[in-house]
Amino acid sequence: MRQLNMVEALNEALRQEMRHDARVIIIGEDVGVFGGAFHVTHGLLEEFGPERVWDTPISEEGFMGIAIGAALTGLRPVVEFQYADFLFSAMDQIINQAAKIRLMSGGQTNVPLVIRAPQGATGRGAQHSQSVEAWFMHTPGMKVVIPSTPYDAKGLLISAIRDENPVLFLEHKLLYGAASPGGGAAPADSSVSKVGYDVPEEPYEIPLGKADIKRSGNRVTVIATALMVHRSLSAAAKLAQQGIEVEVIDPRTLVPLDEETLSASIRKTHRAVIVSEDVSRAGVSAELASWISGNLFDYLDAPVKCVAAKNTPIPFAPAAEKAVIPQESDITQAIWQVLSDQ
Amino acid sequence: MISPPETIPPIDIGGLHRDLLLEMYYRMLLAREFEEKLYYLFLTRPMPGTMHQATGQEAVAVGVVSALQPGDYITSTHRGHAHCIAKGVPVNEMMAEMFAKRTGSCHGMGGSMHLCDFSRGMLGAFAIVGAGIPIAVGAALSAYVQRSGKVAVAFFGDGAINKGAFHEAANMATLWKLPVIFVCENNQYALSMTVERSSAVTNLASRAVAYGMPGIQVDGNDVTAVYRSALNAVERARSGQGPTLLECITYRIRGHARFESSHYRPAEEVETWKKTDPIQRLRQALIENQLTSEAELASIEDRVEEEMEQAVAFAEQSEDVQPDDYLPYITMEINHATT
Repeated sequence: MRQLNMVEALNEALRQEMRHDARVIIIGEDVGVFGGAFHVTHGLLEEFGPERVWDTPISEEGFMGIAIGAALTGLRPVVEFQYADFLFSAMDQIINQAAKIRLMSGGQTNVPLVIRAPQGATGRGAQHSQSVEAWFMHTPGMKVVIPSTPYDAKGLLISAIRDENPVLFLEHKLLYGAASPGGGAAPADSSVSKVGYDVPEEPYEIPLGKADIKRSGNRVTVIATALMVHRSLSAAAKLAQQGIEVEVIDPRTLVPLDEETLSASIRKTHRAVIVSEDVSRAGVSAELASWISGNLFDYLDAPVKCVAAKNTPIPFAPAAEKAVIPQESDITQAIWQVLSDQ
Repeated sequence: MISPPETIPPIDIGGLHRDLLLEMYYRMLLAREFEEKLYYLFLTRPMPGTMHQATGQEAVAVGVVSALQPGDYITSTHRGHAHCIAKGVPVNEMMAEMFAKRTGSCHGMGGSMHLCDFSRGMLGAFAIVGAGIPIAVGAALSAYVQRSGKVAVAFFGDGAINKGAFHEAANMATLWKLPVIFVCENNQYALSMTVERSSAVTNLASRAVAYGMPGIQVDGNDVTAVYRSALNAVERARSGQGPTLLECITYRIRGHARFESSHYRPAEEVETWKKTDPIQRLRQALIENQLTSEAELASIEDRVEEEMEQAVAFAEQSEDVQPDDYLPYITMEINHATT
C-alpha cells in the first residue's frame, strides 16, 4: 500500500469529501492561494475554485460565524484555524453559537461543521503552542477529535465532515510530517518512528467515539493522545525489553469517549496512566482520572497517575518548553510508579 | 440621544398597495400586543425567564421583512419577538415557548432570547450581542454558493455595531459582495448607554463608508420609509451588488428588560418619542388617505386581540416540558453527562 504522511492524508480526506459532496466548503486564513499554513489545503483551490475554498481576512470571529451561518443553511463548512491558539478569538461563535444552536432550537437544526486547528508545543512560544482540547471537552454540544497517525487522521476527518454536529479536529504540528512553508522542515519528534503510514486510497470512515489500541499489554493501561501516543509507544517498547507489557490506547476522540475500550483495558491491567499534552489542571488527564476513579475504582490496584503539561504558559526557550511538556522519561517514570504502588 | 422631530412628519404611503399597508399594520400590532401581553403576564403570574420588549420599534422589523421573500433569511437578537412575528412565526408557538411548553417554537429549549423557526428562514435570536451578524453573512454566503437567490438580513442594535463581529462581517460581506443587509436598529440605548456615550461617531450609518457599502439612515418609526429603503437594499443584494447598512432611527419605549426602570433617562424623553409611535402613524395615514375605515382597522385590532387570547390559551393548555426533554437535543451520542 502507498504511504502518506499526516498532511497528505488530511489533504486527501478533504479532497475526496469535496468531490463526494458539493456542500463541503473550506474557509479560513491562507487556505486557498497559499494552500494552508501547514499545506493541508494544498491544491484544493485549483481543483474546486474560490466558491468552495474561501481565503479569509484575519477575522477569526467573523469567519467562524460565517461558517455557522453557512452550516445552518445547507453547506458543510470545514473551517481552518492557522493555530489552535487562535480559536480563542472565535470563542463566542464556537461555544455560545455553534455548540448551543441545536439544543436552543429544540432540534430544528444541526450545525454540521468541522473546525480544524493545529496545536502542540513546537518551539513557537506561549501563543502558538497550547493544547486546547479541554476547553472544548468542557463545552457540551460539540465533538473533539485528536488523531495520532495519518491513517486515523484520514478516516476521522471524513467521519467528522459527515457528522451532523460541530466537530473540533485537532492536529498536532509535530505529527504533520511535512515541510512547513516559511519555517523549513517541521522538526520531527524523536519518538515519532515514521511519518509515512499505509493509508488506503479510497475514502473510509473511522467512527467518532472508537478508541484504538496502539499496543497491547497486560500490566498497565496508558491512555494517550496525539504526540503523546508516540512518546508512550516509545516508552512501552523499551519497557517491553524489560518484560513489562504496557497497553497503549489512543481514544482518538475525547468527545465522545470510548468508555468501553478504556474500561475493558483497565479491568484487565488494573493500572492506568493518562498522558496528555494539555495542562494538568482541569485538563484531559484530570477528567479521565475522575472518570476512571468514579467508575472503575474496584478494579484499580494503584492510584491513577496523570502525566500532563505543567500549569504554566508555555515558555519559548527550548529547555524550558521541554521541562513543561511531558517527555518520554516522565511517562516511563509514571508507569514504574503505578507498577510499584500496590 | 437623537431627538424626535419637532413635528411628526406624515407617512408617505404613495404608491404602496393597500393590502401591503394593512398587512404591515396587522403585523406591527401583532408584535406590539404580543409583547404587551407578555408584559402583563410577567406582572401577574410566575413566568419563566425574562424578556426584552421592542415596543416602539415594530416598524423596523415589519418594514424590512415586508421587503423580503418568504424563503429569505434573518438573524435577530435578544429583543427578537417583533422580528419573529414579522417573519411569520406563529404566535401560538412563540407564546408556548414563553411558557416553556413542549409545543413552543423551540420545544421549550430556547425561550424568549433564543427563538428561531427554520421553516420560515428565522435562523435565530442570538442573545450574545452582535453574534447573529456574521451568521447572517454566512447564510448569504450559502445562498451565493448554492445560487438560491435568497438574501439574508442581520438585525442588530446600536450597541452591537461596536462589536468586532460587526466589523469583521461587514468587511467580508462587502469584499465578497454577498447578498446581505445589515439592519442597525438604533433605539438610542444599549441598556443604559446612549449612542453618544458609546459611539465616537454617532452617525452609525456612516460606518458603511469604511467598507465601501451604502450606509442609509432612515426614520425607523415610519414603516413605509423603512420598507422602501429595505426594498432598495434587498434588490441590490439579490442582484449581486453586495450589502447595505441600513440604520433605522427608532426608540426603545420600554426598559431594557422586563421591569427595568430606565432611571437613567428622563420620562419626558420617552413621552416625546411616544408621539412618533409607528403604529399610530401608519393608522393615521391609512385613515387620512382614505385607504381604510375605522371599522376595518377595528376589525384588525379585534383579530389581533383574539389571536393573543388564543395564543395564551394554547400555551396554557399545552404540555409542560419534562425534565428529560433536552436529552435528544445534545449533539453527543456518548456523553458523560448522560451515562
